[in-house]
Amino acid sequence: MNIIEDAKQAVQGLVQGAMAKAVALAPDSWMPGGEPDPLIRHQHGHVGKPLSRIDGPRKVTGSATFSAEFPVDGMVYAAVVFATIAKGRLVEIDTRSAEASPGVISVMTHRNAPKLNPPPVFMSSSKAAGGDNLPIMQDDRIHWNGQPIAVVLAESQEFADHAASLICATYEADVTLTNFAVAIAKGTEPSLFMGQPLHNEIGDAEKALKEAPVAVDATYRTPRHNHNAIELHAVTVAWTGDTLRIHDASQLVAHTAWSVAQMFGMDEKQVVVTSPFVGGGFGGKCLWQHQVLAAAAAKIVGRPVRLVLSREGVYRVVGGRTLTEQRVALGADKHGKFKALIHTGVIAKTPSNILPEPFIMPARSAYASETMLLDVQAVELDMLANTFMRAPGEAVGTFALESAIDELADALGIDPIELRLRNEPEKEPTSGLPFSSRHVVEAWKMGAERFGWDQRSVKPGLVRDGEWLVGLGCATATYPYYRMPGGAARITLTRLGQATVDIAAHEMGMGTATVQTQVVAERLGLSLEAITFNYGDSTLPGVVLAGGSQQTASIGASVIAAHRALVKELIKIAGNDSPLAGLKPDEVASRDAGLCKADDPSRFETYASILERAHRDEIRVEASPPDPLETMHWSMHSHGAMFCEVRVNAVTGEPRVSRFLGSFDCGRILNSKTAASQFRGGIIMGLGLALMEETQFDERYGRIMNPSLSEYHVPVHMDVPDIDVIWTDIPDPHTPMGAHGVGEIGITGTAAAVANAIYNATGKRMRDLPITLDKLL
Amino acid sequence: MQTSTHLEISRRDLLISSAATVAVTGVAGGAIAQSAGNDMVQTSKVSFIVNGDIHNMKLDNRTTLLDALREHLHLTGTKKGCDHGQCGACTVIVDGRRLNACLTLAIMQEGRRVTTIEGLGKPGDLHPMQAAFIKHDGFQCGYCTPGQICSSVAVLEEIGANIPSHVTADLTSPVALTAAEVRERMSGNICRCGAYSNIIDAISDVGGMKA
Amino acid sequence: MRPFTFERASSIEAAAKSAASNSQAKFIAGGTNLLDLMKLEIETPTHLIDVNGLGLDKIDATPDGGLRIGALVRNTDLAAHQAVRRDYGLLSRALVAGASGQLRNVATTAGNLLQRTRCPYFYDTNMPCNKRQLGSGCSAIDGFSRQHAIVGVSDSCIATHPSDMAIAMQALDATVETVKPDGSSRTIPIADFYRLPGDTPHIESALERGEFITGVLLPPPTGGKHIYRKVRDRASYAFALVSVGVVIHPDGTGRVAVGGVAHKPWRIGEADAKMQEGARAVVGTLLANARPTEQNRFKVDLVERTLGAVISEARG
Repeated sequence: MNIIEDAKQAVQGLVQGAMAKAVALAPDSWMPGGEPDPLIRHQHGHVGKPLSRIDGPRKVTGSATFSAEFPVDGMVYAAVVFATIAKGRLVEIDTRSAEASPGVISVMTHRNAPKLNPPPVFMSSSKAAGGDNLPIMQDDRIHWNGQPIAVVLAESQEFADHAASLICATYEADVTLTNFAVAIAKGTEPSLFMGQPLHNEIGDAEKALKEAPVAVDATYRTPRHNHNAIELHAVTVAWTGDTLRIHDASQLVAHTAWSVAQMFGMDEKQVVVTSPFVGGGFGGKCLWQHQVLAAAAAKIVGRPVRLVLSREGVYRVVGGRTLTEQRVALGADKHGKFKALIHTGVIAKTPSNILPEPFIMPARSAYASETMLLDVQAVELDMLANTFMRAPGEAVGTFALESAIDELADALGIDPIELRLRNEPEKEPTSGLPFSSRHVVEAWKMGAERFGWDQRSVKPGLVRDGEWLVGLGCATATYPYYRMPGGAARITLTRLGQATVDIAAHEMGMGTATVQTQVVAERLGLSLEAITFNYGDSTLPGVVLAGGSQQTASIGASVIAAHRALVKELIKIAGNDSPLAGLKPDEVASRDAGLCKADDPSRFETYASILERAHRDEIRVEASPPDPLETMHWSMHSHGAMFCEVRVNAVTGEPRVSRFLGSFDCGRILNSKTAASQFRGGIIMGLGLALMEETQFDERYGRIMNPSLSEYHVPVHMDVPDIDVIWTDIPDPHTPMGAHGVGEIGITGTAAAVANAIYNATGKRMRDLPITLDKLL
Repeated sequence: MQTSTHLEISRRDLLISSAATVAVTGVAGGAIAQSAGNDMVQTSKVSFIVNGDIHNMKLDNRTTLLDALREHLHLTGTKKGCDHGQCGACTVIVDGRRLNACLTLAIMQEGRRVTTIEGLGKPGDLHPMQAAFIKHDGFQCGYCTPGQICSSVAVLEEIGANIPSHVTADLTSPVALTAAEVRERMSGNICRCGAYSNIIDAISDVGGMKA
Repeated sequence: MRPFTFERASSIEAAAKSAASNSQAKFIAGGTNLLDLMKLEIETPTHLIDVNGLGLDKIDATPDGGLRIGALVRNTDLAAHQAVRRDYGLLSRALVAGASGQLRNVATTAGNLLQRTRCPYFYDTNMPCNKRQLGSGCSAIDGFSRQHAIVGVSDSCIATHPSDMAIAMQALDATVETVKPDGSSRTIPIADFYRLPGDTPHIESALERGEFITGVLLPPPTGGKHIYRKVRDRASYAFALVSVGVVIHPDGTGRVAVGGVAHKPWRIGEADAKMQEGARAVVGTLLANARPTEQNRFKVDLVERTLGAVISEARG
């Protein structure tokens, strides 16, 4: 299975690789984004305004409906039983007591579960959504400590939960591999990400490192992490005839519908997935076993089923970020010019998924270096499949890379910001592609001034406030601009001047409906009140992943395509009596609830007038944007400069962040209020990454030992200081609206900025996350 | 014991009562009756007031206040994030005090007054704290938000009532409304989206704290 | 949660009697720890006796000038009580260092004393744990033990007692007042209330079956500076890695109790006697028989550092 997957990935990679060369060499004008989105020129409209969330009143009154809150008649409650060994076989599973327990309707195990195809694993095809490709309750095999082995269905959650505790399983354990160091000693394998090897070489970096006048070379370690969205993963599912309706908490409704259909051997259209509100995602609200188990169970009992994973259940069933061991070695001349940049290391994954944490992504584009060696090796452990978590690769990769740069700056006696600016690349070093939009230098300068970087003591350990040692640190933030294929949007425009946009997108806190309402209103020349934005339903057009910070781009490009189709259709029906007669779609723009000639706004007719003359109540168009070739033609990234002030208690070692500033270069900001919130939110998760977060995996048993919000520490109010966020607001000329996604960049660079500030405060280098007080004593 | 005489029993409450098998008369005090007969079904009758409405229910003894609100009264504004008192998403106000609805049994609420997010305000008729959360963008996904808001309302009252916190400098002086006091007191409400700074702004705004 | 029957106790005596008649019965007050454990079926009572209506929520002055704290006084109310703030600041400080505002509003004085450990292996019913299942083994000794005990440990158990309040009670020489099922009452000095794990880590206190805590007595105020310092991984809402509670008099004498290091609030009279000699001398005695693991060895140093800072602060 694994070999087949690898081969498939390799073929996809080759195709992509060959095509990439042609795309890179093609003229700009052939590319999507070759002509700047006209909306970039609209400076005084809805776009960019700090509009409060349009779903705010629902969220603050508790009337936003989440997936466990859809009332369904005759519903059955489910509870899941998890395996307690890491690998082996179920010899016996005794469900008799559970079945006899009050309120229990049925118990599902591999013995009576409906036959299902294995999940299509994420990235194996365009709509695949599975966290892994392991069969779901189809046989007696155990693949990880925590795998679901039974589902109890009962009249109430209380009945189900208790009955689940009565199920008795006997196992035959296999020899397991759950120890990272042991696995590394046995040998590592090269890894692929999105079909391409996670490996880059420019020249002989090891040789250049040896010859460099100044060099640093260190190992950095990051532990496993869990997303810990506060909403528990939950589904409410119902079969109506041959149709399966899933109320899910999902970042990918269309992918989920298709993937579940594959598993049940159904047509994709027979699975309807809705997800109007998602209580936090961060990469974790995708397709795992619980949705499928609920659907299978609903089939068995012939009633709707609600399955809400317990907090422990989320840790057992939903993968998190994997651990990494990274080496960063930097060699420089005495002026700080990089002669060698080496970023290599090992991550753990499983035999059943294809996501190696791609921690070298930042190094591919962040700095110029004469030589480079980037490589991610993988080992496979018997554990729950790891998955994406906010800024996969970059979140932990920037910790190592940006810490190492701080170490080099210290060794060189050069200010760490200055060192970064001296190595600013002219084009992406590993691909040779030009940058679509890169203003990280501006971000650094703005940030340094605002933060008061010049107040920093160059020598560490000198600034003290009572018991507290105070230090400042900084780091580069970076995250790629992605736009994935598959977007599509439908626009319905009525004679009353109301527009509805339908797209299978998601809202998990980014402010999707709010921001897209602003953008659509601006694009169509309508008021905010005239726009209805429908999303979160797999029956709507588009295959849109709310991940990789790409949803804004995907929706933006889809709406551009649909708008173009709308204009074309309107011109057609406007006919010869319209002031627009004879114009081509490219010559026409929207304004004031109508269309005009782009360079002569006085040639204008309202939508209402056009539709009325054509005797049409409404007009409906649907369109898809071109494939995202632009990301192979330009190097497209968001950037940021992160600044941290930390206080380390000289007595107890307690590290506390007292001030933070993020200065971002993320294209044009579409809503200054919601974007600032996303930046801050990413930074706060980065503070958790730096100081406290760790999924404790007991390597003796392959079991997660802190599956709770009590023992897995995420930042609380008291851990979070004032966080200042600023941005360049320079549009990327090659993206819809000139915008970049802003959901993930905040977590990148943050941990390094904290670690570097801790060094400045204490003189101690922290290379293992999380930086807890015992490491600072 | 809260008296029931001032309270009008709404149509909805009557419906809930009948759905909950046994309609009880008034809010009788004293021992809670065990259901007779089947000793495998451990249930009790309980009456308490939610957002001004009295609810008479017969519940599984194990049912938490949180599940009673969400699954029996269909007041789903109160959220389940951990079910173990570790996240604060289920924060409601009972007899004027905030608590984690997941860590108390429904049948222990006899005669109590429960205020949930639905009781603070509704779209179009928002509580000042709800309005401030919108104005200051004190949430992203919105899931921890009802708990944050119930907690926020109670935190201002706790400070006003001179209840000390971990960051109170002098135990014998009146507690002041400061950002640190608010942060410390709100630390039982986790927001994974990271809206903390904005939440503090919202509370400061409502509490009339100087910037 | 295992099914259970439920009664609201009408009197202290009735509560104790009911508990004695059913070995699987438990008292429920705030329930913040008990329900947490019942949901995980770590605690599996078949009968719950609700003691909230017994009027044990008062704080009264005692004839000797001390305080009697009702067992059902909520943590918030105890911390906010004017006499406690004025005369027993250590207690107020320890209380507000614990848990969250929501939990403190519900958690009671007696319940806080009886909190059970946060050891992750105790919390996972699928893992060996002598405290939960005697004889099954201790997974923590060679497992995750960073937060565990360093002193008073045994080969059976290295769990800690998680309470902040109990550290203050220990330093303040509190006495636990109880009623037994036969109606007799007794008082137990806090020093005798908790047990070390030994080879019976499942037995945590001196309470007998059905014995019911009615209150906690504090001796008359001793004056001195009251300081509670809690060291933890989060700035709030986290259990202590180490906590230090002290009462220090102007002449440098005083008492110290330490949390996060043992199966019970850790205090040794001989160590108190060395307060004037400074933190190193005190900790040398207090942690003389420390047996830390690789992961929690730092606590030995941390206790000394923290106590040193606290003594300086008191002198300050």
